[in-house]
Amino acid sequence: MQQIAPKEEPAPPQALSGIRVIDLSQNIAGPFCTKLLADYGADVVKVEPLGGDAARRMGPFYKDQPHPEHSGLFMHLNTNKRGVTLNLDSATGRKVLRELAKDADAMIEDLGPGAVERLGLGYDILRKLNLRLVVTSISDFGRTGPYRDYKAVEMMYYAMGGPMYATGDPEREPMKTGGNVSQYQAGSAAALATMTALFAAELQGKGAHIDLSIMETQLGSIDRRSSRLLGYQYTGVVGPRSLDIFGIGSGPHPCKDGWINLLGGEFGFERMCAMIGRPELIEDDRFSTREAQAQSGSVEAFEEYYLPWLLERTKQEVWSQAQDFRIPSGVINTTEDLLADVNFRERDVWAEANHPVVGRVTQPGRPFIMYRTPWRLRRPAPTLGQHNQEVLCGELGFSKSELVVLKESGAI
Amino acid sequence: MSGLPLEGVRVLDLTVVWAGPYCCQLLADWGAEVIRVESIQTMAPATRGLVVWPSRQQLDWSLNAGFGYAGRYPKERPWDKGPFFNSHARNKLSMTVDLRTPEGLDIFKRLVRVSDLFIENNVPQTIEKLGVTYEELRNVREDLIVVRMPGFGLNGPYKNYRTWGAHGEGVAGHSWVKGYPDADPSGRAEVYASDSAAGLNAALSALMALRHRNRTGEGQLIEVSLCENFIPYLGEAIMDYTLNGRVQGTPGNRHTSMAPHGCYPCKGEDRWVVIAVGSDEEWRGLYRAMGNPEWAEDKKFSTVLGRWHHQDELDRHISRWTSGLDHYEIMCRLQEEGVAAGPVLDERDAHNDPHFEARGVFQELADPECGTHRHVGCMWKMSEAPNRLRRPPCHLGADNEYVYKELLGLNSEEYARLEEEGHIGVEPASHLP
Repeated sequence: MQQIAPKEEPAPPQALSGIRVIDLSQNIAGPFCTKLLADYGADVVKVEPLGGDAARRMGPFYKDQPHPEHSGLFMHLNTNKRGVTLNLDSATGRKVLRELAKDADAMIEDLGPGAVERLGLGYDILRKLNLRLVVTSISDFGRTGPYRDYKAVEMMYYAMGGPMYATGDPEREPMKTGGNVSQYQAGSAAALATMTALFAAELQGKGAHIDLSIMETQLGSIDRRSSRLLGYQYTGVVGPRSLDIFGIGSGPHPCKDGWINLLGGEFGFERMCAMIGRPELIEDDRFSTREAQAQSGSVEAFEEYYLPWLLERTKQEVWSQAQDFRIPSGVINTTEDLLADVNFRERDVWAEANHPVVGRVTQPGRPFIMYRTPWRLRRPAPTLGQHNQEVLCGELGFSKSELVVLKESGAI
Repeated sequence: MSGLPLEGVRVLDLTVVWAGPYCCQLLADWGAEVIRVESIQTMAPATRGLVVWPSRQQLDWSLNAGFGYAGRYPKERPWDKGPFFNSHARNKLSMTVDLRTPEGLDIFKRLVRVSDLFIENNVPQTIEKLGVTYEELRNVREDLIVVRMPGFGLNGPYKNYRTWGAHGEGVAGHSWVKGYPDADPSGRAEVYASDSAAGLNAALSALMALRHRNRTGEGQLIEVSLCENFIPYLGEAIMDYTLNGRVQGTPGNRHTSMAPHGCYPCKGEDRWVVIAVGSDEEWRGLYRAMGNPEWAEDKKFSTVLGRWHHQDELDRHISRWTSGLDHYEIMCRLQEEGVAAGPVLDERDAHNDPHFEARGVFQELADPECGTHRHVGCMWKMSEAPNRLRRPPCHLGADNEYVYKELLGLNSEEYARLEEEGHIGVEPASHLP
């Protein structure tokens, strides 16, 4: 498990060392974007409103006790960032932000279409202070268009942008993804968009304004949405919801201690018969052709042989056997299974943070491995305003007594 | 000069199925020259199709699932006409070479010498058997960046495990936390979100590595495991376990605090709308949009906690209301009252949506073999680089001349010999099914 690097060892270089990001975003998409940048070395200054990022009010909470420093979601999304508070409704707060933007490489904001312009912090103004600045504006529907000011939630991104229509049981309502997957995807897209512009800015000395709509990150593409959209263009046919697309033996099945997902049908069924010690079943009239397999009753007939075999074994045992027989497959892990899995532990998938309020906490570590410029957990998520002094005094040059004035007047 | 941010970056694309090709598409969209390294002697698994010549039955299966081929039952060159491949093949080049031969390997290494990135997502032993791992290619080009995207990992007990799309997603824990709460895992549907997550993060990692290379001259190996990469996307469930020891299940379409929050049936065949109410103010907005119905005046619905405790009843009332209305009509009425609501859009709906139209989400591309169709355009807008899709999906081997003659400097005799020897071509070899 990756720990915070002990001070004695020289730290390996990071890919984004020297890049400075000002992060005005809240909730999930923007913060996940800047987490990706911070975790791989960028200096991210997270600018929160005085009441804190809205994610501080989202669970899961440590011991189910809601508190601004207890949000597990916030802890996960805001690793490696320094935190300051700024009141952007005050002229002083906006002035401080412009000071921060002067020396930054990128600024990420999700205040809503038109909001930064109304505050005098629009791209046109900021680029005059800093020509190489990249500003990434994240919004639900984009900065333009008839739905520009519509309200959106996680489920809507997948329903309108993503292929929710094709997800679920055809006899029932369609289903969303788990958790807040669409917003995390938008965060990855925002990080990619920002990095694309930063890459060019470092070579050419000129930044850009990025208009990223969460809806459009789903259309282009979450799951197979873009393929389905093109398929419709080619044929005029809309694909339906379907639970069984891969044929006999496929899909999640119960084992002694949980569930496993296997691929049968024309890809894996014959190997499945061999795996359960019944290779002769592929010659059986009920299963020997694709037509026979598709007959109603065939799946149930096969399960009379299949289920007892599965139920005698744990899901890891079945998985190991299935892989020996070259059957594409995967256990269906609960979170508990996932954290207990030896393979992921040994591969350093988890990191341990030392959080100032909650103490030691295990959280997701590196999404991907960069062998020369690795992911690092340099600091846990910041407490509210934790780095006001370090950034405002240490870097912007305010004195300590000026900081007090800013605080008492409600600017920070 | 395209003026695009990734102009001048060259990528060798040895990717298959979805996650790898999608990663390379994102780089191609923003100006990188992405060269798909393909073969006419072997067929890449589930990439340009499941077989070279799909049967009528297979074409019907694709058609009915929403992935129908251009022309529905193409008699010629079906490998250039499937939407599953074509949706990520735009803006790319395609060349062919038989990497299983020493000469093919030599050609590949000559391409490596003039490329910045090599990206692949085959099962790990493919690259190892071919002899083009990072360590081997570093000898060809010292500062090469290699992005490998295995299903599980380049080492460890799961390294060679076979997985198709959703299997790895189940291992990462996604399957357990989504789907109908009253159904067991067999009754919940699959989502392939880890593929798109891996594609996005792999492209990000490539650019981060390129930046590092530009500053230091150092390339590197990057490993994006499809399964592991998705784990941070499930932060809420994971933190609930690490902080509280709780194993989350699936809430279906419900929410930890918002109520009502769900997917409701609308007028027409299989039409749905999603609605989410968080605050008392939004509840009053919903109430007005529904025409101030008497049932909604019940005191138990007037507070957040009250609505949260009585969701089943709320859902029944709301379904009755939504069933009589068009899904777009409901969105308009609710959004006007400040309530989050949106129709569940199938592909026909999405192509006709007025907002997506106004945003220019879809863009026409003329493809000499498939015809002119609307593709999803570039994923975001960038002020200094107004961007349009530049090339239609690459046909097999369409850029052989450019790659062999211009990039590698072969003359016509050498080119003709490689054609005879089965490296260069535009049609899969006749022995392939």
